Amino acid sequence: MTSNYLKLRFPSLPENVGLARMMAASFAAQLEFTLAEIEEIRVAVSEAVSNCVIHAYPGKPGLIQMNLAIKNNNLVIKIRDYGKGINDIEQAKQATFSTEPERMGLGLVFMESFMDDMGIESQPEKGTTVVMKKHPERGSANAGLSRIS
Amino acid sequence: MRIETERIGGTLFIQINGELDLHTSPMFKETVEEKLAQYDFIKHLVIDFTNVEFIDSSGLGVILGRFKHMTQRGGRLSAINVSAPLRKVFELSGLLRIMGIYDDRRQAMGN
Repeated sequence: MTSNYLKLRFPSLPENVGLARMMAASFAAQLEFTLAEIEEIRVAVSEAVSNCVIHAYPGKPGLIQMNLAIKNNNLVIKIRDYGKGINDIEQAKQATFSTEPERMGLGLVFMESFMDDMGIESQPEKGTTVVMKKHPERGSANAGLSRIS
Repeated sequence: MRIETERIGGTLFIQINGELDLHTSPMFKETVEEKLAQYDFIKHLVIDFTNVEFIDSSGLGVILGRFKHMTQRGGRLSAINVSAPLRKVFELSGLLRIMGIYDDRRQAMGN
């Protein structure tokens, strides 16, 4: 069951990467994530949105959609672009693979490591959708409210 | 993000204040490269992470780039005051294995 959601649409500009991770972290704070888990969510979102800016729309900004939802006490993050797409997802997941100089090719590695579940769907020239899920290790939804009261 | 630099002899200290990501990493690169071009005798780059609130793979990429630059000119790069959350991404990236990470300036200078 979805208990809350947020939908954002923004252009693939580098200055929006920080905004996207800040929104995701604020939204995630509704669940009882630890500070370390929130930090991991911030990194994962930063990587996913950076990938849209760098790889989906090289040279010209395009549309990014970020949907955040709380479903059954899980945080679900869906990030979608309508850009170039990924030719070989398995190759892109390799830590040493990067199409850009001075990049570590670690974006997908961080996303997989820091989230409980990550899926990628992509079609060349049509775009890419990344769905990431994370469950708070220590508690349940609305625990933050009970802490305050 | 705000960057402060201080040169003492052949050592360049860089203090990063803020977040190092896709948006801010070009500014970091430009600032450091300018200083390295200005003082070609610099052999030790010390980056202070005390006030770094966030880093992702874009930020790590420019750190790696400067590490390669220092190695090519026969020097080295040290990182100091790396907090636990940052240390985790450093570790996962493999940078912990190749870079000198120290508690503070004194320790970095002593090694």
